[in-house]
Amino acid sequence: MQLIEMDGVGIKRQGRWLIQNVTLSVKAGEIVTLIGPNGAGKSTTAKTALGVLKADAGKIKRKPNLKVGYVPQKLAVDWTMPLTVGRLMSLTAKPSRDEIDKVLEKTGISHLINANVQQLSGGEYQRALLARAILRTPDLLVLDEPVQGVDYSGEIALYNLILQIREELNCGILLISHDLHVVMAQTDTVVCLNGHVCCSGAPEHVAASDAYKQLFGDAASQSLAIYHHHHDHSHKADGTIVPSKGDSGDCCDHG
Amino acid sequence: MDDFILRAMLAGIGLALVSGPLGCFVVWRRMAYFGDTMSHSALLGVALAFLLNINLMVGVLGVTVTVSLCLLILQKRGALSTDALLGLLSHSALALGMVLIAFMSSVRFDLLSLLFGDILAVGNEDVIAIYACAAVILGLMYFLWRPLLASTVNRELAEAEGFNPDLTQLVFMVMMAAIIAIAMKIVGVLLITALLIIPAATARWFARTPEQMAVASSIIGVASVILGLEGSLQFDSASGPSIVVASLCLFLLSLFASRLINRVLGKERGQ
Repeated sequence: MQLIEMDGVGIKRQGRWLIQNVTLSVKAGEIVTLIGPNGAGKSTTAKTALGVLKADAGKIKRKPNLKVGYVPQKLAVDWTMPLTVGRLMSLTAKPSRDEIDKVLEKTGISHLINANVQQLSGGEYQRALLARAILRTPDLLVLDEPVQGVDYSGEIALYNLILQIREELNCGILLISHDLHVVMAQTDTVVCLNGHVCCSGAPEHVAASDAYKQLFGDAASQSLAIYHHHHDHSHKADGTIVPSKGDSGDCCDHG
Repeated sequence: MDDFILRAMLAGIGLALVSGPLGCFVVWRRMAYFGDTMSHSALLGVALAFLLNINLMVGVLGVTVTVSLCLLILQKRGALSTDALLGLLSHSALALGMVLIAFMSSVRFDLLSLLFGDILAVGNEDVIAIYACAAVILGLMYFLWRPLLASTVNRELAEAEGFNPDLTQLVFMVMMAAIIAIAMKIVGVLLITALLIIPAATARWFARTPEQMAVASSIIGVASVILGLEGSLQFDSASGPSIVVASLCLFLLSLFASRLINRVLGKERGQ
C-alpha cells in the first residue's frame, strides 16, 4: 500500500522553481531518504508531501485519513512559553499518561519528563521531538534532519531508534539526512535531490551513479564500499532481510 | 460601595478573566505591537460609529477586524516589513479617527476617557455585553486550545498533523478585536495591550505549563483591576492608567519574588 505518491511535483515561488518534477513514493514499512546539497529543496519536498505547501505542478496522492508524525527541521519554542517535555507530548494529540511514560522510556528520556524544552541539549530535544511524533502512532513519519546537533555516538543510537520504530509501527518514513554513511546503510530507497530528482533507487544503485558522484564527489561513493564489508542486505517493505543486488532505480544523466 | 464602582469592578474583572489567556498568546506569538495597532484603530471605529449612528462596540469591532485583515493582505504582498506596516496602519487609523472626530462638531467627545478609560462611562448594558463577550471568548478558547497552542508553537507542524492554522489565526484575531471593543471603556484604547501583556509576563515566572500561565495570568489580571480601580478612586486618577500601574507593581513584585524563590531553592539544592 502506497502511503504517499508524488508525481512530477513542482513548487514555484516568485517565478523560481524551488523543486521541479519530483517523483517519489513511500510505502508502509519503507524508509525513503532524501539527500542533496543545501538549497536542493529537501525540506520543501517534505513539506509538499505533508500538504503544508501546495504543489504548483504535478500530482500528489495520499492514502485516505493518512496519519502523519512530523519532526520539522527547526522548532524553536519561544522562551516566553513554559513547556515541559511531558506537556510537549500532547501538543497535537491526547495521549494517556501511560502512553507518554512508555514513549519517553523508549526514546530514553524518561528522567526529563518535567524538564523545560528550552533547557534540553540538542540530542535530548531531538529525542523529545521524535517521541512526540511517534506517540501519534503515525502511518507516515516525516523526519527533517532528526540528528542535527547530536554527537556521533548519539547519532547512531538515534538512527537505531528510528529503525526500531519502523519495525514496531510498520510506518513509512520519509527521512532527510546529511549523513551519507548512515543513509546508505539503513535506507530502502534513496532520492538524490538537486532542484529535481537526479537519481533515485536502492542505495547501491544511487551510490554507483554518475549524478551522485557529481553532487557529492568520488569520496562519498567510497563510503558505501567501506560499509559493504559488514552489511550486505537491505530491508523489504515488510521488514524482511533480503540480499541486495540493487539495480532497481532510475537515473538521469547530468552530462 | 457605590453603584458605578461596583459596575466598573464587575466589568473590569470580566475583562481580566479573558485578557489573561488571550494575553498569553499575544506574548507567545510576539504580537504585542499587533495588539497596539488594532487597539489604536479602535478610535476610528468610535468615530465611524457616531457618524453612521451604530452601536459603539460594533463600530470598533468592524474597524479592528478590517485593519487586521488589511495587515494580513499587505504582509502577503511583501512590499514592506511587518513593523513598518503595523506603524503605518496603527497611526493612520488613529489619525483618521481624530480628524473624523474634529469634523463632527455636533457630537461632544471626551477624548481623554476614550484614550485612557473612564469607569463613570460603564453602564449596566456594558457589564452585560462584557460578560456575554467574555463567555463566548472563553468558550472558544476552551474548544480551540489545542489547535491554537499547536499552531503557536509551530504552524507547519500543526498543519501537517491535521489542524487548520489559517482558521485558528482568523478566530484569534476576531477574539482580539472583541476584547479591544469591550476593554475600551475601562482601560482606554492606548493601554489595552498593557492589560494583555503585563499580567501574562508576570505569570511566566510562576508557570510550568501553558495552561498554568493562562490561569495565573487571569488571576493576576483580576488583582490588577481591583487594585487599580481602588487606586483610581483614592487618587482620582484615570482608570486605565491606574490598572496598568497596579499590574506593573505586581510584575515588579513578582520579579523579586521569583528571585527569592530561586535563591531559596538554590540553597536547598546546595545543602
